Amino acid sequence: MAKWMSVAQIKEKIGESSAEEVTASYLEVIGKSKINGYVTVSDKALEQAKKIDVEGHDGPLAGVPIAIKDNISVVGLPNSCGSKILEGYVPPFNAHVIEKLLAAGAVVLGKTNMDEFAMGSSTETSHFGPTANPWDLERVPGGSSGGSAAVVAAGEAPFALGSDTGGSVRCPAAFCGVVGLKPTYGAVSRYGVVAYANSLEQVGPLANNVEDIAVLMDVIAGYDRKDSTSIDSKTEYRKALVDDVKGLKIGIPQEFFGEGIHPDVEKAVWNAIHKYESLGATWKEVSMPNIKYALASYYIIAMSEASSNLARFDGTRYGFRESGENWHTMVSKTRAEGFGTEVKRRILLGTYALSAGYHDKYYLKALKVRTLVKQDFDKALSAVDLLMAPTMPNPAFRIGEKIEDPLTLYLSDVNTCPINLAGVPSISVPCGFTDGLPIGLQIMGKPFDEPTVLRAAYTFEQNTDYHIKRPPEVA
Amino acid sequence: MITKEDVEHIGWLARIEINEQETVEYMEKLNSVLEYFGQIDELPTEDVAPTYHVAEIYNVFREDMVEECLPQEIVLTNTEHKQDGAFRVPKIG
Repeated sequence: MAKWMSVAQIKEKIGESSAEEVTASYLEVIGKSKINGYVTVSDKALEQAKKIDVEGHDGPLAGVPIAIKDNISVVGLPNSCGSKILEGYVPPFNAHVIEKLLAAGAVVLGKTNMDEFAMGSSTETSHFGPTANPWDLERVPGGSSGGSAAVVAAGEAPFALGSDTGGSVRCPAAFCGVVGLKPTYGAVSRYGVVAYANSLEQVGPLANNVEDIAVLMDVIAGYDRKDSTSIDSKTEYRKALVDDVKGLKIGIPQEFFGEGIHPDVEKAVWNAIHKYESLGATWKEVSMPNIKYALASYYIIAMSEASSNLARFDGTRYGFRESGENWHTMVSKTRAEGFGTEVKRRILLGTYALSAGYHDKYYLKALKVRTLVKQDFDKALSAVDLLMAPTMPNPAFRIGEKIEDPLTLYLSDVNTCPINLAGVPSISVPCGFTDGLPIGLQIMGKPFDEPTVLRAAYTFEQNTDYHIKRPPEVA
Repeated sequence: MITKEDVEHIGWLARIEINEQETVEYMEKLNSVLEYFGQIDELPTEDVAPTYHVAEIYNVFREDMVEECLPQEIVLTNTEHKQDGAFRVPKIG
């Protein structure tokens, strides 16, 4: 069986053989993995596939396997969020997106590795050790959905779900040479996804091609009453896949091509822009002056929200518990032992930013900066249809290279986190290579205008061949 | 600048036990990040309203009716520390 198949090819294969055979072949590839992409491989996957074969299923993903990031609840599978503090926790309910996937007939292959509680850009902060980048096993796959991107790139799943709080779908998509979408805030329900920073994050799909992203969005997007920020946009994603960008107006924000950008990344992104031009689109430079404050604003807001969200991990109801003579000691020891260093750093900084005397200086100020960043997007996107820029300023770095200095690692999110402040949709598509490492083109659109974002991404893919290149080390 | 006492205080607020050596390490790393955060001070924001989230949604209500929820025995399956249908924790004080 071919290792990298699109959803359409898999459905064909299921027709010729069976869902069980397709799932078995993925499990076999996973069994030989060199990348540590999965933290749990489902022992129910084959059974689930067999059931589809026996009972039949007319859902759009009948028998199609998928990998799920380990912060999205699946009944019966451990949900660790890459953390020791959730040791042994098995969710008793499904996330909304999982209910939708199961109703569509998808088979869950397993749960993928991630930075602890989605806090990181390298998947190195996981309690289960780092995931390797399939293009170079000594490099990071990006993060925090590094496991999801890496298993898709390595042919260990046709597609996957991740979550994106400040770039956690797009960064690993860029580093691993796959496609990753951060939908508009509110487009996909967050119910059953372990919260890091509620006002910023969205569940997003990762796949080897744009069509499979759209297929997945048609299944997982839509209104859910259990998520109070859910919005019913009635968007039809697959219908947007048209190979045509004639007349499309593209804005190029100079602020995304700042100091420290790798020259090959800059070149690859400009080549992509010129490709669009040759296909009938027009481009112009736009200015977004407040973008340079976005990273600081993003981290203050994300850490503040995290300090509140992660208060629930106290050893009382689930997961790891350390003993202590009274409640305060038990909780303080549990959290000291159960959380990793980076998570503790962010909780402490968030607690500080919200504490008496500092709330206005940090948290409130960051929220005001967020308003200005959002206005930059509104203004830029009122004059053009889309914005384009590098997803990541540099290709994947080496495992261990940046982990000791948190600020250096935070700075790598400079081009992805502004999008989460504004809540707009953004996709990363492969657009080139440097020294054998993939480069991602980031395409940003107006709120709920995923159709235009997908159309542009699809057209690029139809007219280039970056998305069909495969990592030689795992081939 | 965060001091050692500040780290101890926020550690208490966040219920994370921090030993003497960690206090110094956190102080250094946290200060380097806070120094970076300080750059937003240069942006004038007196007349700017804060954005808490970007969804144009306010006050989502539902009828105050009891709905289906997880049974108690299922909720208690994820811990060994339970008694008489409740979670068991050490005394507060």
